[in-house]
Amino acid sequence: MEITLTVNGAAKAVDVPDNALLVDVLRESLGLTGTHVGCDTSQCGACVVHMNGDAVKSCTVLAGQADGADVTTIEGIGNPDDLHPMQEAFRDNHALQCGFCTPGMIMSAIDLVQKGGGALDEAAVRDGLEGNLCRCTGYHNIVKAVLAAQSSM
Amino acid sequence: MASETGIGASVKRKEDARFITGAGNYTDDINAPGQTHAVFVRSPYARARINGIDTAAAAATDGVVAVFTGADLAADEIGDLPCGWLVKSKDGSDMVAPPHPPIATEAVNYVGEPYAVVIGETLEAARNGAEAVDADFEERPAVVDLATAASADQIHESVPNNQAYDWELGDKAATDAAFDGAHHVATVDIVNNRLIPNAIEPRAALGEYDAAAGTYTLHTTSQNPHLERLVLAAFVNVAPEARLRVISPDVGGGFGSKIFVYAEETAVIWAAGKVRRPVKWRAERSESFLADAHGRDHVTTAQLALDQNGKFLGLRVKTKANMGAYLSTFASSVPTYLYGTLMAGQYTTPAIYVEVQSLYTNTAPVDAYRGAGRPEATYVVERCVETAAREMGIDPAEIRRRNFIQPGDFPYDTPVALTYDTGDYEASLDKALGHIDYAGFGARRAASESAGKKRGIGFSCYIEACGLAPSQVAISLGAGVGLFEVGEVRVDVTGSVTVVTGSHSHGQSHETTFAQIISDKLGVPFENVTVLHGDTGRSDYALGTYGSRSLAVGGSAIIKATDKIIAKGKKIAAHILEAQEDQMDFADGTFTVVDSNQSITFGEVAFAAYVPQNYPLEELEPGLSEKAFYDPPNFTYPAGAHICEVEVDPDTGVVDIVDFVAVDDFGHVVNPMIVEGQVHGGLAQGIGQALLEHGVYDDAGQLLSGSYMDYTMPRADDLPSFTVDTTVTPCTHNPLGVKGCGEAGAIGSTAAVMNAVTDALGVASVPMPATPETVWRAASARGSSAEGAERGE
Ligand code: FES
Ligand code: FES
Repeated sequence: MEITLTVNGAAKAVDVPDNALLVDVLRESLGLTGTHVGCDTSQCGACVVHMNGDAVKSCTVLAGQADGADVTTIEGIGNPDDLHPMQEAFRDNHALQCGFCTPGMIMSAIDLVQKGGGALDEAAVRDGLEGNLCRCTGYHNIVKAVLAAQSSM
Repeated sequence: MASETGIGASVKRKEDARFITGAGNYTDDINAPGQTHAVFVRSPYARARINGIDTAAAAATDGVVAVFTGADLAADEIGDLPCGWLVKSKDGSDMVAPPHPPIATEAVNYVGEPYAVVIGETLEAARNGAEAVDADFEERPAVVDLATAASADQIHESVPNNQAYDWELGDKAATDAAFDGAHHVATVDIVNNRLIPNAIEPRAALGEYDAAAGTYTLHTTSQNPHLERLVLAAFVNVAPEARLRVISPDVGGGFGSKIFVYAEETAVIWAAGKVRRPVKWRAERSESFLADAHGRDHVTTAQLALDQNGKFLGLRVKTKANMGAYLSTFASSVPTYLYGTLMAGQYTTPAIYVEVQSLYTNTAPVDAYRGAGRPEATYVVERCVETAAREMGIDPAEIRRRNFIQPGDFPYDTPVALTYDTGDYEASLDKALGHIDYAGFGARRAASESAGKKRGIGFSCYIEACGLAPSQVAISLGAGVGLFEVGEVRVDVTGSVTVVTGSHSHGQSHETTFAQIISDKLGVPFENVTVLHGDTGRSDYALGTYGSRSLAVGGSAIIKATDKIIAKGKKIAAHILEAQEDQMDFADGTFTVVDSNQSITFGEVAFAAYVPQNYPLEELEPGLSEKAFYDPPNFTYPAGAHICEVEVDPDTGVVDIVDFVAVDDFGHVVNPMIVEGQVHGGLAQGIGQALLEHGVYDDAGQLLSGSYMDYTMPRADDLPSFTVDTTVTPCTHNPLGVKGCGEAGAIGSTAAVMNAVTDALGVASVPMPATPETVWRAASARGSSAEGAERGE
């Protein structure tokens, strides 16, 4: 099956098996290994990317469903010289340790803040990140970072 | 150099640039040209005899490259997976470890144990092949219940009573005598629930074999690549060490579970040699649940004897520890030398006797998980202390105060084999009491009461032995390896510095912390220091990261190497400045002749060492690169006071942590930001154990909590923000005065939470995890009985 999609602003065409997942397209076909896989039941959020403006778990999206979609991954939101405010907030607030949950966490957090209308408090952030597991940070600094990014985004 | 990047500064992490931009390099991100994919075929039974395995259909499956069973490994003389710590029983006999072939041959003994591995051109082909493997199993009754395992059906032919060992520590007679003279005895019965580590990165491996050179390279998710290499070479017999390189690139969390040498990595590197192509494997999360080593899982009865003033006279502990089906890499040491030795806690208890019977069951192997033995010990001690305080009507802070080892008592020999070097336990407790506003607790409790809620407060004054370990002590107690660390400081020609450490960071931030130390000691800009780790091809043999040892042991090795750099630098500087070596001073990156204005920078000395024109070549080798091994003279003893305040809704059983204060003494702190982060993460895991997490097998040995749907991981909305603070008594025996901070959160917090929950409900005990259902039942039982311990005011 051939699908075409826009990934981080660039048009891509990939040939994948019918049962391929979006995360496989990103990691295997396009070499975008910033999007991680942490589970097989759609519950860790390590694989979160943006598709057509929404945060989605790319391990639960079939490649076919992403045909024609506009996808943004962690690689597409900023780079070390020009970080996205959420990336910067994660660094400044030590919101990551091993870094494995981080790409998905950042992508979820951006979506949360963008849709939160500037009104998120600690409880709303905790609630909004409920779909992303982190085993390292205890979430304390992640919550701090997201609240900080809400002011800077 | 008290700079913005030196020791004590909350420097932003070097690691972050790659992690926040998706440029991390984890094992699963690495692919080799021509690679194949491995899928393990796992036992559906907890216990079964294997009468035969038919691999013909699997081998004939489209895209399958090879199918291997345990017989293939055995034919190649691949050895068993060893346990590296020999524990002896009370009677002096050695522990009994059953054979543990990486791929099961005659029997399977836990659900998920691999009995074949299929190598495919693609992952899908390997999966299809795995489904076609046909094994003839003869199911046997599973032994699952720890409490009755000793009298259950014998699992392994070579292991009578399913017992690994029956160990003791301490003076039984003295302890019995202490109980004879006691005014009060507090008794607790504890089940320390089984936990499943769940680093968010699943284990993974990429094995490669270079036929021309005869060398193997294994990329894997290991906390200690050198240990992995040693075991694979010396015990498993894959290849000699010199022809085997193990690389742990970025690793997504470990928490102990990635210390061990497992079946899968072993099979992957061996199979790469067989099929002469790279072999890749990444665990599905369900495989992580089934086959990563689990943690905790004790059943304990403990008694604390006290005099009429609440002084502790003696402690008696009897524990059954679950080893699972086989003895994992360090499993035997966890409920013994990392557990029994901590039973003095922060207290002067003069007589202690600990008995631990370790037993096999048809469950996944159990080994070290964050804290490893010390959380279990803290739970025993602090539940005993809290229970005694309530039963005797003594304030829980006060009873601890009365029993603390005092600052003037150090070095302090405990009755359970350790010598604490330093500490000030009351200082931490006082600070924690201030943060939680202990004086205001009564009013807060009354306010909750009038809102129909139950408020409770719980204490945990923990101690841990970290900085593993003095090699000779560890070896005399059964360790099969030394536990030193190596550090190499390579000064580059232009004066920048490359550090190679044997420690491994899987979240701990070595690249930043170690660079701060170098920047501080050598006066080299922080940006000009690069830290390398995780590659047996790069560093000397070393032991890796666990037991909160990286800074205390690995950092000390780096300091030792740095001292050698400075000493050599002084010789070079003295030569160039035509001064005497003993007249040279070094500070802030400059060598100065004392009482003069003659000086030369570190960078100039480095340049002179590599372009040795004006240089004493007759006496001194060129170059400026030094290496040091550091073996600690003692453990370090981080300690602290954790206080948890909860509000329980008796109608729903929901426990809300309204405040959690952790005050820890880690000695000197290099990067406070990083240390706080380590504490936060540990607290989440300790709280997770208390309220959420539980690895559960049914009677047939099926894992009921085998996914994120059934095993409750702490999520953002399950946890509060924490109040974290420190006190400082510097470690007396390492150059940085540091103690280690990686495990404290997980060690101290669990008991604090459960002491708070039981306090809120006014009951003697609540089993972990204190889920809403469990708490609701406890609250309801309390409501219908007049009995229940009250908190003494
Ligand atoms: S990989 Fe876990 S939710 Fe997608
Ligand atoms: S930083 Fe390690 S899982 Fe979140």
